[in-house]
Amino acid sequence: MERANATTRPDTPSPPRPTDAGQGEVRAAVASEAKARLVTEGISVHYGATLGVRDVSLTFRDKTVTALIGPSGCGKTTFLRSLNRMHDLSRGVKVTGRAVLDGTDIYASGVDPVTIRRRIGMVFQKPTPFPTMSIYDNVVAGLKLVGIRDRRLLDEVAERSLRQAALWDEVKDRLKAPAAGISGGQQQRLSIARALAVEADVLLMDEPTSSLDPQSTMRIEELIHQLKDDVTIIIVTHNMQQAARVSDYTAFFYEGNLIEVSDTNTMFTNPREQRTNDYITGRFG
Amino acid sequence: MAVTTSSTTPRRTRLAEVTPANLRRRYLRDRVMIGLLVLATLVVLIPLLVIVWYVVSNGIQAVLEPTFWTSDLGSPARALGGRDTGLGHTVLGTLVVDGLALLIAVPIGIGAGIMLSEYPDHPLNPALRILNDTLNGMPAILKGLLAFALIVKPMGTFSGLSGGVALAFVMLPIVARATEGVLRIIPWSIREAGLALGLPRWRVVLNTVLPAARVGVVTGVLIAFARAAGEAAPLLFTAFGNNFFSSAPLRYLTGPVDTLPARLYSLAISPYREWHAMGWGAGVVLLGFVIVTFVVSRLATRQRHQADM
Repeated sequence: MERANATTRPDTPSPPRPTDAGQGEVRAAVASEAKARLVTEGISVHYGATLGVRDVSLTFRDKTVTALIGPSGCGKTTFLRSLNRMHDLSRGVKVTGRAVLDGTDIYASGVDPVTIRRRIGMVFQKPTPFPTMSIYDNVVAGLKLVGIRDRRLLDEVAERSLRQAALWDEVKDRLKAPAAGISGGQQQRLSIARALAVEADVLLMDEPTSSLDPQSTMRIEELIHQLKDDVTIIIVTHNMQQAARVSDYTAFFYEGNLIEVSDTNTMFTNPREQRTNDYITGRFG
Repeated sequence: MAVTTSSTTPRRTRLAEVTPANLRRRYLRDRVMIGLLVLATLVVLIPLLVIVWYVVSNGIQAVLEPTFWTSDLGSPARALGGRDTGLGHTVLGTLVVDGLALLIAVPIGIGAGIMLSEYPDHPLNPALRILNDTLNGMPAILKGLLAFALIVKPMGTFSGLSGGVALAFVMLPIVARATEGVLRIIPWSIREAGLALGLPRWRVVLNTVLPAARVGVVTGVLIAFARAAGEAAPLLFTAFGNNFFSSAPLRYLTGPVDTLPARLYSLAISPYREWHAMGWGAGVVLLGFVIVTFVVSRLATRQRHQADM
């Protein structure tokens, strides 16, 4: 149903992306009319002499969910982290290629990674509430710590973000309580609320449910469905059922290469590549 | 074939047959190990308790004398003649000098620790590390000399200021190293979470990493403080010593002042029994001073948010 939504959006032009050699047929598989929000062109990630991700070109469309799947070490997380310049902080890691967010290459000289990260939020494998802060302060940390003091605005943003993250009802009576005191699943939703509070357009999720119990996992998945109305989501997951449940598009990575990308339905019912088929049917990985 | 194999395999020893003896041995070994640990604890605690008891039992009487706190020392004639004498000026001087050392060493030391831990690629980092370790290994009396050259010489007088700076030199490397150590054990994910919010690096360190490390940082500061508060050597030619209350509050910074460790030494080597007693009193105050500082800062930084951390 969401997929139909994405493909029939009437007011969006067809993708302007030219197809690159090598990835052309991969891209052609994505039949979508939604506006491209984030486009990577030949992204490679080098760890010293080794290549962690090789020449990946992908288009992430506005208000869709794309799942990145593949066996451990296939480069999907490495690729995800190249999308908000998280590799800038790691010594010896070099990213080449372009990642274009609404027309701006985030790797162009003069682009401040700090501003980029405000637009491309990230949620990690383990919930990462700031341990010394209250729930409230965690949500508005991205605003408060850059000097926004307007109490009313902060209150507004806190409530909106917590509602968006489906956490408001559970914590509205104890906003001042320490964030470390709520459950793991709640902490993860808090991390999501925190990323939404700075009004990010794109949300990167790196195995957001792998440290959570099934109940909390379900809540996060429901949340992903709701959030899609507002943001573009790119989610790395080990769990293929999850990929099938939450995503509109799925990209399969193997040994640093993007093997195949298509709409999730096609990917799981009729993959073009043998390796994809082997992976999703559990023959390896 | 299969039959021969199974008949030649030795019968497996059943676990239940060996367990009771083995279990008894394991329990015994456990008790011996705990015994050794208790012994080690006692070896650490007993000297401490003996020192505390010895100092307190010898000095408590001097401290209970109200004039000990309200009078200054003056000449030996006062003590010998039964007139008012005390170490009020020494306590004041110590508060000034130690407080100043804290004011200087804590921000700079924490800053240096942040540099060491959070900016390993900064070109100044290796130099800072070497200098910091050198400063740490330098004898305290040389730090007094340094403060003498930097402050006493230009000012032309011994001063509380120079004493505070000398003690800050003692504290600085300890605070920096301790800060570096605790920052390093804060999970990397906290920093990434902050950066992913679009916060600048220094904000992330100051508002998320440092608060998470605050208990460890405070411990480091306390260790440094306790170490500096007991130093007499760096104060000999900086704070110098003084037998009287200073004439004006500012003079505690700009003029020679008394400090507990240095005064303790001079009283102890004096030929007067009355002064020996006051020396013990100085020891009690010094001990109490460090203990009170420990307790207060522990209470002030007690983990409020314990939960999952």
